[in-house]
Amino acid sequence: MKMLNVLKADRGGQIFLLLLLLIAVAVPLLNQYTTADNPLHISTYTVALLGKYLAFALLAVAVDLVWGYLGILSLGHGAFFALGGYAMGMYLMRQIGERGVYGDPLLPDFMVFLNWDSLPWFWHGFDMFWFAMLMVMVVPGVLAFVFGWLAFRSRVTGVYLSIITQALTYALMLAFFRNEMGFGGNNGLTDFKDILGFSLQDDSTRIALFVASALALAFGYLACRLIVTSRLGRVAVAIRDAEDRTRFTGYKVEHVKLAIFTFSAVLAGIAGALYVPQVGIINPGEFSPLNSIEIVIWVAVGGRATLYGAAAGALMVNYGKTYFTAALPEVWLFALGALFVLVTIFLPKGVIGLFRAKDKQT
Amino acid sequence: MTITKQIKTIVLLLLLVLVTGTSSFADASEPKLDQAVELLKGKKFQQKYQAIELLAESASPQAQNILKALLERRLFKLKKTKQLVIAEKQGKTYQVQQAVSLEDLGEVKKRALKKISVNNKMRTLIRSALASFDLKNPDREKRLAAVKQILDKADLEKAEIIRPMLPQEQDEEIAEAMSIIIALSDLSSDDAKQRSDAVTLLSGNIHPSVRNALNQLQQQTDDKALARSIEQALDSIDAKLQFYAVIENLFFGLSLGSVLVLAAIGLAITFGVMGVINMAHGELIMIGAYTTYVIQLLMPDSIGTATLIAIPTAFVVSGLVGIAIERGVIRFLYGRSLETLLATFGISLILQQTVRSIFSPLNRSVETPSWMSGAWEINSALSLTLNRLYIIVFCLLVFAALFFVLKKTALGLQVRAVSQNRAMARAMGVRSEWVDAMTFGLGSGVAGIAGVALSQLTNVGPNLGQSYIIDSFMVVVFGGVGNLWGTLVSGMSLGVANKFLEPWSGAVLAKILVLVFIILFIQKRPKGLFPQKGRAAEG
Repeated sequence: MKMLNVLKADRGGQIFLLLLLLIAVAVPLLNQYTTADNPLHISTYTVALLGKYLAFALLAVAVDLVWGYLGILSLGHGAFFALGGYAMGMYLMRQIGERGVYGDPLLPDFMVFLNWDSLPWFWHGFDMFWFAMLMVMVVPGVLAFVFGWLAFRSRVTGVYLSIITQALTYALMLAFFRNEMGFGGNNGLTDFKDILGFSLQDDSTRIALFVASALALAFGYLACRLIVTSRLGRVAVAIRDAEDRTRFTGYKVEHVKLAIFTFSAVLAGIAGALYVPQVGIINPGEFSPLNSIEIVIWVAVGGRATLYGAAAGALMVNYGKTYFTAALPEVWLFALGALFVLVTIFLPKGVIGLFRAKDKQT
Repeated sequence: MTITKQIKTIVLLLLLVLVTGTSSFADASEPKLDQAVELLKGKKFQQKYQAIELLAESASPQAQNILKALLERRLFKLKKTKQLVIAEKQGKTYQVQQAVSLEDLGEVKKRALKKISVNNKMRTLIRSALASFDLKNPDREKRLAAVKQILDKADLEKAEIIRPMLPQEQDEEIAEAMSIIIALSDLSSDDAKQRSDAVTLLSGNIHPSVRNALNQLQQQTDDKALARSIEQALDSIDAKLQFYAVIENLFFGLSLGSVLVLAAIGLAITFGVMGVINMAHGELIMIGAYTTYVIQLLMPDSIGTATLIAIPTAFVVSGLVGIAIERGVIRFLYGRSLETLLATFGISLILQQTVRSIFSPLNRSVETPSWMSGAWEINSALSLTLNRLYIIVFCLLVFAALFFVLKKTALGLQVRAVSQNRAMARAMGVRSEWVDAMTFGLGSGVAGIAGVALSQLTNVGPNLGQSYIIDSFMVVVFGGVGNLWGTLVSGMSLGVANKFLEPWSGAVLAKILVLVFIILFIQKRPKGLFPQKGRAAEG
């Protein structure tokens, strides 16, 4: 019940969750109970694509939490997303077992290829689902905690923080490109077969992953909403608007920042873990600084400090990306670039801001 | 081959040895030359070897001429008169000269000539003989080259030729090289004193031949005292080599640092002085590189001039693009630095895609002017490549010019005034908007110049800028925002650190380590190496 209290004054959130519920129910039904010639039919490919968008939406919500409410523009959230993805990928790699090209029961293909004779220590435990899921949250969380602890304690703020978060993801990208790291180097992790014993190729698995993504997004949204409506959230907004005053009023600014930043990283990790089985690959390209900046633009397009706006922005921009890269690949970067420029100059509150302005007028 | 013929040859050879032996101190080059000419006409290679030796000993210009002709297969025998001639092919016929006197014998047909055949052993002999001719050459450069060649090949048989020459040699550098060759041959002498003297002389000499010879002797010798002194000599050689390796690494580091400084220095103005986060900075560098490419396309015959012209052109092109960005986008976003970051990132995507559409996504090759290729050899252990050397010099020039503009010109004064206190500057009549545009144009133009330099070092492609943007920001942030000296020092030190880490960690890991170091460093000193002090720090 308390969960729903959170939504009381949040009309946008109510609409968002309703819509989410609707597609979470309708999409599987339309996929399973209509035939391919029905105009309402949704192919399994589209289901996976939508699932991917939902994972991105969760990531956007995580970024909005720190940018919209805490004022930290993180250009490195792609790193937390990719780390969660890698943790999931490692579980999926271990599930391949003897079905790999080289048929080694223990070692993933790329290790056999590199002539490694034993599993590196950090690959142990990833054959167990619960452990992998724990790592999906722990690894990004710990990284964010350590990084944030160092950065916030020494009061690195504003653009400096943005630039070093970008350096962080850049350094991780370079590191993961190395074969010696033991994460498949350039090619990353791929050729996944099944998850929890269900084949990843099956329609039902795809639908389950889609529903899981929708649920994760819903719960992620609710959790963020819970945070921003709590006292912690109000202190966060105070920090965003006047960090020094908040500090002088007696709040532990660093602790608040650290808590929210770490939580956001964990959410990003979960989003990554949902993303990987649906696209079937994770490689170091996910760490590229470009990806992280793209996430920020989703949030900016949708509208900052609304949470649901971020999710909506992620869905819109990614739909645009899928459409343009297929239909007019030349135009996509122009469109994305123009989006960056136009949104920041003309729509500082994002698309949601347009609707809100109307609401207030009536 | 019959036995009588063999005996004949041997007798002849013995006779020759006798003759050469007895006439070694007299002015006997003429008889030697004549004998050699006779021997060369013979069919036996044994005779020819002997002839080459004789020619080498005669040391006359005629002998050198004959040997050269022989090596180049221009030495013939006239079938009729049995004269040895040097022939030059002229269309269908041959122009012939008497080999010794160089008397012109007119044109003959190919049929009238018989070529003096050459085998591989002869070629080797001729080359080393020619080398010893060069040792006596009055031209200093040729002598030096000859001595160096002997030293490089550790051709110690030549030491006996050189030994008598040493006291007469006037040139210090040649004399030193000669004494090294002699010392090297003395290493295998039977006289212990001579051996240890040689070791002492060779101690600390970094030539690879010396090191090899000492190593070899160390393994063979039973003499303990000698072994110890060799050990010491080798140690001093290794210490020197290590020293030069450090110098070389430092040079590589400085050249990498110069690249970083060049890429970052424009940013030091736009970000450091104006406080604008320009994520399109890398693309302005890329535009500079493409400008070089286009100008080289327009002037394919004079690459060197084209590259020089590209420098001001790139400054203007990138500068104009920069001013357009400032007037079109950034001026709406002053005071909102995070939004500026996003908008300029959008611009960088647009610029990249524009270049991709115009020039194709493939890398374009920019040519290097001939005066930039090659290396400056300081000694056998240390040679500096010219293009890296030029980059360092170029970087310092650009830095000095920029420093001058900011500190000594009216524009620089206004730029500093606006960056320190905009309202006050405006009150004093500074057109702050115009100054903003000019400052941004200046920073962007310098990025264009950096692009010209980078086009000489890396591939020119649409992603050129992206690969430098993070490094550039790191350099500026590490050095301390708003401080040109800081940018110079931090760029150079990051470059050197990178190169010194590379040998034991590999290039990629070195880069990661440097990045991690900077991230940690910023935690410790958020304002960089040289933070601004006083009022400017609060802005």
